[in-house]
Amino acid sequence: MSAFGLFTQILQLLLSLLLAPFFLGWLNQCRAWLQNRQGAGIEQPYRKLGKLFHKDAVIAESASPLFRMVPYVLFGAMCLAASIVPSLATDLSFSKAADAIALAGIFALARIAISLAAMDIGTAFGGMGARREMLVGFLAEPALLMVLFTASLISRSTSLTVIVETLAHRHFEIYPSMAFAGIAFLMVLLAENARLPVDNPASHLELTMIHEAMILEYSARHLALIEWASSIKLFAYVTIGIALFVPWGIAQAADWLGMAFALPILIAKLLVAGAGLALIETLVAKQRIFRAPEFMGTAFLFGVLGMLVHFLLGA
Amino acid sequence: MNGLPMDLIVSAALFWIALGLVGLVAQKKPSFVRNAIFPLGALAGAIVAVSAFFSSGVETAVSFLGLPDLPFHLRLDSLSAFFLFILGSATFGISLYATGYFRNEEKHIGTLCLEYHVFLAAMTFVLLADDAFLFMVSWEAMALSSYFLVTTDHKIPEIRRAGFIYLLMAHVGAISILLYFGSMGGDYGFDAMRKTHLSGMQATFAFLLAFFGFGAKAGMLPLHVWLPEAHPAAPSPVSALMSGVMLKTAVYGLLRVLFDLLHMQVWWWGVVILATGLSTALFGAVFSAVQSDMKRLLAYSSVENIGIIFVGIGLTVIFKAYAMNSLAALALVATLYHCLNHAFFKSLLFLCTGSVLHATGERNLGKLGGLIHKMPWVAWTALIGSLAIAGLPPLNGFVSEWLLLQAFLFTPGLPHSYLNMLIPVAAAALVLTGAAAGYVMVKFYGIIFLGQPREEKLREAKSSGKWERAGFLWLAAGCVLLGLVPFFVIDHLAGVSNFLVGASLENRDWLFLAPISSERASYSPLLFLIVTLSAIGLAFIAVRRFYHGRVRREIPWNCGYPVWNARMQDTSEGFGQPIRQIFDPFFKVGRELPSPFDSKPRYSAKTEDKFWYWIYIPFGRAAEYFAGLFGKIQQGRILVYLLYNFVTLIVLLLIVQ
Repeated sequence: MSAFGLFTQILQLLLSLLLAPFFLGWLNQCRAWLQNRQGAGIEQPYRKLGKLFHKDAVIAESASPLFRMVPYVLFGAMCLAASIVPSLATDLSFSKAADAIALAGIFALARIAISLAAMDIGTAFGGMGARREMLVGFLAEPALLMVLFTASLISRSTSLTVIVETLAHRHFEIYPSMAFAGIAFLMVLLAENARLPVDNPASHLELTMIHEAMILEYSARHLALIEWASSIKLFAYVTIGIALFVPWGIAQAADWLGMAFALPILIAKLLVAGAGLALIETLVAKQRIFRAPEFMGTAFLFGVLGMLVHFLLGA
Repeated sequence: MNGLPMDLIVSAALFWIALGLVGLVAQKKPSFVRNAIFPLGALAGAIVAVSAFFSSGVETAVSFLGLPDLPFHLRLDSLSAFFLFILGSATFGISLYATGYFRNEEKHIGTLCLEYHVFLAAMTFVLLADDAFLFMVSWEAMALSSYFLVTTDHKIPEIRRAGFIYLLMAHVGAISILLYFGSMGGDYGFDAMRKTHLSGMQATFAFLLAFFGFGAKAGMLPLHVWLPEAHPAAPSPVSALMSGVMLKTAVYGLLRVLFDLLHMQVWWWGVVILATGLSTALFGAVFSAVQSDMKRLLAYSSVENIGIIFVGIGLTVIFKAYAMNSLAALALVATLYHCLNHAFFKSLLFLCTGSVLHATGERNLGKLGGLIHKMPWVAWTALIGSLAIAGLPPLNGFVSEWLLLQAFLFTPGLPHSYLNMLIPVAAAALVLTGAAAGYVMVKFYGIIFLGQPREEKLREAKSSGKWERAGFLWLAAGCVLLGLVPFFVIDHLAGVSNFLVGASLENRDWLFLAPISSERASYSPLLFLIVTLSAIGLAFIAVRRFYHGRVRREIPWNCGYPVWNARMQDTSEGFGQPIRQIFDPFFKVGRELPSPFDSKPRYSAKTEDKFWYWIYIPFGRAAEYFAGLFGKIQQGRILVYLLYNFVTLIVLLLIVQ
């Protein structure tokens, strides 16, 4: 555990915490522009967090202590996820604590925690949201792991930093297995982060909502932590995508110059990714909840195809 | 120290039998039986666990018991020691719990105590047996004692039926195991079997017999039908023992046969085991998601876990058949680790359902809810068990899942190109099973413990007593510790994997789990927990420091909908509905839908296992039909029987000529 490693680790974690709401704000702003709206500005998520932290928390009478613990658990789990995904540098102290499989485990932990909290109050919406979230997660997790497996098979390691170091040093070429994996990953990203076409982040329509249904009873600081954790989750997913598919520019071990360039390169990639996601969300419509298994099944099949192609072609 | 562990374990087993007899004699004083005998039984369990843990090398003994000229042979090696460790450590918690649990069963506490302790002793001897004779005797004793335990409430017809199915399946399996021992040529001692070399066909035949026999006990597809019947029928500590420990004796038997007695592996045996395990796991996961009875749900979840264990065994056989010993060791360690984990978390959850059952009298998920407020001890330990079984880091279920997935990721080295392509697909299916387990556990935990109580009587539910708490604490602590410091168990498993596959995992760093090398993969549950906890702690302090901790309690907002009652929550059928819809072809669903004009609308949906209709009912009919044909011979008149004698005599005379 080198001093440089610890420094990059802390730096990357703090930057992820700060940049995550920025990315969400940028995504929403792009969406607003594409829909001919003015938009609330990139800094809107920060304002919302600040407002929520200052409010008095209102908790349902029937809530158990679990309900109050879950926002902190979510936040802690997402901090770990953000610290092990190499977004700035690959020399990360915590990265040995959890590999790609454990990363999927962290997301599963967060998903189950929020679903349990949703069922805790005992309202109709909470249970409905929990059920739907678990359904989407149940189908998305294998697809995510298939993508990560394909990358691990190429780099012969499940450690995220080793994967990125291997992939970044390959010369640019379209790898068919990674192309399939890329499509699968994009679908998983949309589903897992409650984006269109699986869930609509802007809607509180009872028939369609998933994520919003689960957090209906949260308010003030608890809601702020959950919102923040969700934006870190989206950020972590996007940086996994960057790390797997366009890893160039992530600083290697003990490379101070690389670190200086890594941040602007990361921000440029995030701006492109946000615009791309906004474009997708503008072009597709929300699907019925029972189309979600089809959507996730397709993602899963793409993931498996990617892996099979890797075996067939060896690339 | 040579000889001591074996002596201690045998004495503990005999002590269990003695305890059972004392319990039977003293049944007029039920509180004495509960408060003295069951804790002593727990102590014996601890002794078994400790001596099994510290045993080393191979110890053999010839017992003074048995028939004249046919003595029982005993043997304690690393494989049986590991399974004895599972038996002892799980029993310690379960027996402590049983002390408190059986206060409502004081009517037949004497017989219950005898059967319970004989069951424990029988399992011990199954694991110690070094000849077919002792093995079959203790195997049968185990089956019979557990049959009587399952049918404790024998006045209820469903329980008698469940007991019958269990007994039937146990014996179908036992016959197959007996035939397997017969096919191993001549001698009944395991030592002689180790020395026999079977030809390819014979070995395959022997393997299939053993696989069928042990598979029936373990609950592999399609022989799983007894599990969801027997587990709900039995008292909860017995369900915990059966699911947590007894199923593992079948796994032990299969490992013993594959790697020790047959001492040869063929790659397609591994494929057969892997494919069966995978379908068992998927089937169990999907079926447990649609159950409404909490113990049935757990029983199907046991089917799923046995499937995962079989997947591990299959992978081990494949690697071993290609002489890739270190990878075989990885798969084997994952398998054995999962056996240990399953013993802890499944026992814990069965005990939790027992407490819920005692407090509420309800097994139906649809009539429970909100128990976290009334039974906090049960609820918080059940939460640990549920998260562990869902395979979440940093608890123990994740460690074995992680190891098994690592084993899958190393398959590309196999010399067989089809296998290379099919095995990653198997990994995909395994991941799907793991994700389904998460779904099931959210349903299980959320519906029983969270939300509002669905029935009025739940508001009076009482929390568990102190003996129950001791059992919960032990098993929950096991789930946490096995998750946080896997190094010590894996270090210990080196002996088993050296013995079975001739290699062991090189894992020198106690903080990190890195089975091959830290560049390939590493996982550190302790560091994982520390980072997460410090992030949580810092977030908590920051929020409290910079903002405030003001909280107001109100009625739920619920999107402003004015009416709010417990009937609006998801029922267990509702929660399982998406799975039922997606996997519709797997189920036989009977629905009763109300008409819109009904004044008292009723809705019911029954999900059944198609295997009953595909295999068991046709088989039962065929058996009945053939029995009927033979029945025609029986006329009940002496004249007819004399005629049979006469005809037989004539035929024999003709043959002799």
